[in-house]
Amino acid sequence: MAKAETMGPASGGLRVVGRALPKVDAVAKVTGRTKFADDLFLPRMLHCKMLRSTTPHASIVSIDTSRAEAHPGVHAVLVGADLPIPYGILPVSQDEHALCPHKVRFIGDPVAAVAAIDEETAWEACGLIEVVYDVLEPVGSIEDALDADDPQIHLYGDGHNVHKAVALEFGDVEAGLAEAELVQEDVFFYEGSTHLPMEQHAALADWRPDPAAGAPGNGPPAGRLTVWTASQTPHYVHRALAQVLGLPAARIRVIATPNGGGFGGKSDPFNHEIVVAELARRTGRPVKICLTREEVFYCHRGRHPVLMWMKTGFRKDGSITGMHFRSFLDGGGYGSYGVASTYYTGALQTTTYPVPAYRFEGLRAFTNKPPCGPKRGHGTPQPRFALEVHLDKAAERLGLDPAEMRLSHLVAAESVTANYLKIGSMGLGACIEKVVVASGWKRRFRKLPEGKGLGLACGSYISGAGLPIYWNNMPHSGVQLKLDRGGGVTVFCGSIEIGQGSDSVLAYVVAEVLGVDPFEIEVVTADTSLTPVDLGSYSSRVTLMTGNAALQAAERARELLVQAVSEEWEVSGVRVAFAEGRVFDVEDPERSIPFADAVVLAEGKFGTLGTVGSYTPPRSPGRYRGAGVGPSPAYSYAAAVAEVTVDLETGEMKVDEIWIAHDIGRAINPVVAIGQVEGSVYMGLGEALMEEMTYRGNRNVVHHHPSLLEYKSPTTHEMCRIHTFLVEDPDPNGPFGAKEVGQGPLLPIPPAIVNAVYDAVGARVDEVPVTPQKILAALKRKAKGEAPREGPGPVPEFDWPAPIRVPTPWEGGDGRALEEAREMGRGGVRAGAGGGVGAVTGGKPV
Amino acid sequence: MLRAPAGEPLQVRLQVNGEPRVVSIPVHKTLLEVLREDLGLTGTKHGCELGECGTCTVLIDGEPVLSCLALPAAVQGRGVTTVEGLETAEGLHPLQQAFAELGAAQCGYCTPAFLLTAKALLDEEPAPSRQAIVDALGGNLCRCTGYLKIYEAVELAAARMRGEDAEPAWETLYGES
Repeated sequence: MAKAETMGPASGGLRVVGRALPKVDAVAKVTGRTKFADDLFLPRMLHCKMLRSTTPHASIVSIDTSRAEAHPGVHAVLVGADLPIPYGILPVSQDEHALCPHKVRFIGDPVAAVAAIDEETAWEACGLIEVVYDVLEPVGSIEDALDADDPQIHLYGDGHNVHKAVALEFGDVEAGLAEAELVQEDVFFYEGSTHLPMEQHAALADWRPDPAAGAPGNGPPAGRLTVWTASQTPHYVHRALAQVLGLPAARIRVIATPNGGGFGGKSDPFNHEIVVAELARRTGRPVKICLTREEVFYCHRGRHPVLMWMKTGFRKDGSITGMHFRSFLDGGGYGSYGVASTYYTGALQTTTYPVPAYRFEGLRAFTNKPPCGPKRGHGTPQPRFALEVHLDKAAERLGLDPAEMRLSHLVAAESVTANYLKIGSMGLGACIEKVVVASGWKRRFRKLPEGKGLGLACGSYISGAGLPIYWNNMPHSGVQLKLDRGGGVTVFCGSIEIGQGSDSVLAYVVAEVLGVDPFEIEVVTADTSLTPVDLGSYSSRVTLMTGNAALQAAERARELLVQAVSEEWEVSGVRVAFAEGRVFDVEDPERSIPFADAVVLAEGKFGTLGTVGSYTPPRSPGRYRGAGVGPSPAYSYAAAVAEVTVDLETGEMKVDEIWIAHDIGRAINPVVAIGQVEGSVYMGLGEALMEEMTYRGNRNVVHHHPSLLEYKSPTTHEMCRIHTFLVEDPDPNGPFGAKEVGQGPLLPIPPAIVNAVYDAVGARVDEVPVTPQKILAALKRKAKGEAPREGPGPVPEFDWPAPIRVPTPWEGGDGRALEEAREMGRGGVRAGAGGGVGAVTGGKPV
Repeated sequence: MLRAPAGEPLQVRLQVNGEPRVVSIPVHKTLLEVLREDLGLTGTKHGCELGECGTCTVLIDGEPVLSCLALPAAVQGRGVTTVEGLETAEGLHPLQQAFAELGAAQCGYCTPAFLLTAKALLDEEPAPSRQAIVDALGGNLCRCTGYLKIYEAVELAAARMRGEDAEPAWETLYGES
């Protein structure tokens, strides 16, 4: 393996950060050494299978497991009554059970589980379980969900089958629209899609009884539980297991195995994790489950299908005077992250171009389909698609170049948006310039032959959510560092490697500070018994938050070494420097000792060496209810140009090339960052062209294609050329200035492609995926002289709640809602500190 | 094709990564299951177990085969190469080295299959065009990389295997400017 000092350029005195190094786990990944969850085998291990609902909506009348229990090789059978405590990722949506006790809410909802000597026996036993359902009318769409005649899926929420309805207004939108010279109004639809990680979810549980356990009649035996699971969020799995199993968290150890792809799909605590844990406790034997690919489709938690309406006022120069946005999310059968998803569809419209007045109304409906949740970009690719196509249309009506229009109106760095998001560094302008020049935009846009087109779009994303999922005031990320007298450095952190390079970031940051080779550092992650809490690999939070925690721990360790070495050398501490595995006197470079000798000096002086670091995001200026979703320590920016070729006869379309520039603040490792950009472009391409989590049947609730063959995703043949530009506009909140790159680069891709299709054919498709059928439909309307558009019709009527009204910063607002400010003025109610999911999770169901 | 009496286990001989192995298995057990469960070679992964994703690819006498659809009885006596067989005492296979350098393995789950499929290509065609690589890898799904770093890694490895002193392109490591 190449050593740090032999590769790449150093910049700004940095020796590791900024170099294109291999990841620290690269060799394990390319040799088959990495152990994923299903690669684990324990002696006496049993195998679990789950019986799933075959009907989308029904009450469970009875379950007879007697034949399954009597089946040879079966060790235990569980039903819903065995695990009666509900759970859910958000404290306001504790609406799931490990096994449905009373009711099933989608095809694939689990009702029973078996542990047996092998998978075949477990599956045979599932076939012997008799479930009697009282079938209910299923709810298959947002329109069905808003129909009060349909049965109710859950008994909580914001009315009938509305899980959540929110309304926020920042400034006076009607006044903004009234002063506009152009008012653009559109309806868009973004189809749902699923993560499709190549690794099927798997979990293994092991139960170890206490030495004193086993006295009969004294309740359930005491012991310790270990669960290995392919999870992006071991900390939240830990909490859910404690809650549902009724075990002290201290008796549970969750080890997240490296995820074979996550993309948000392994971020919820899952029923199968709880089930194998309970089966291990009951049988006293290890129990493993690996879901089939079909079951992975039913786990889902993927991209919400979202219907959107938006109306924006523009001046002639393209500046925005006011914006009104509505979203309708098809949430599926459970809450999952849905409340956050709903807020996210309205949160980041303001972070790219100044929006002086903004109104957002959003609702999430329950339907009898697998639950939707967070997929790469969580709730923001849908509205970003809408906004960027909307802007493309407005630019055309205003006679402006869409790239110039965006460049002329960029949110300022170090500013606060209408909805109180604090922007730090802001490199979108540089991103737009890069892709405009590289793609030959100015000479080619609107000038290519018919059937060829260019489209541009931008995006912006959070570098970690500003608030935790459950309300607490503790750090979001913790790192412990151990130095041993042999010179070894071990980093302990709860973060979880899902392929994005999080283990490597820890090693690079610590190596940079201590001047050692990153490949000499041992990284121990994602083990709730060994590692301090990190909230998990979601919301693009890991590089910024664990990076900062690691930086603090490493600087504290360096300080101990400096004290010991400077004392030994009888020089001032500022003269002690670290590089190349040695400790130097900067004023006398001939004087140096190996890093290990410095550790020995420090251990002799201080005793056993260990330091800690932690990171908590800065407090957001937003104080209104709902302000919990959107704040982040830093925002990434991206701009993309897509070039497409469309066959006007067949509607077939190909993306030829994509130019993308991403403002990452600073690339800790450029080659890994480029990998994230390319992967995001790929996933955006899939959503733009083909990916659809869709359903059939008379109520649209039977999955169309729960298989890798029929659920279309891009193969090598559909992948296009990508030109990646990393723009580095360092953010003061990022470690070495770093911002996120794992999700943001997806956002501009679907709208850039859809805008390019318009440039190619002169007809609009206002939804994704853009299929040949939709392009042909739009072309047919164009040929007939009708509006050249294919897309959704009007959005449903809905009686929105009165908006929470928040004066903007430029109206003298302080981040609080008018009503709250008034109540504060009366000396009454506490302002919603951090509102939204934060406050929502603070035990105030909304 | 080997046959065993009904209900009896089947004895299968395989040359796995150059080593003779004998397993006694139920007739319906797939090569994927035998490699992972009976031989402990968990480097071979699975994404669907239905022959749809390419993740379980191994080489049988040098040819890529989906191990989830292959019955051991059908490959009796033949040579099976898994990812564990790529590395030698001298070090990583050039494909493994190139995948590691370029971040062509992100989550790493599909990586063994891509490595083996690419090896079969390079053994046949030492200087493949980009299109030949695209075609050869068309049956393997990857959700992380967008395939581009994989193509570049295959090209880098191919050059090195031809004896060229190849290094990654600047743009591959640092992006365009």
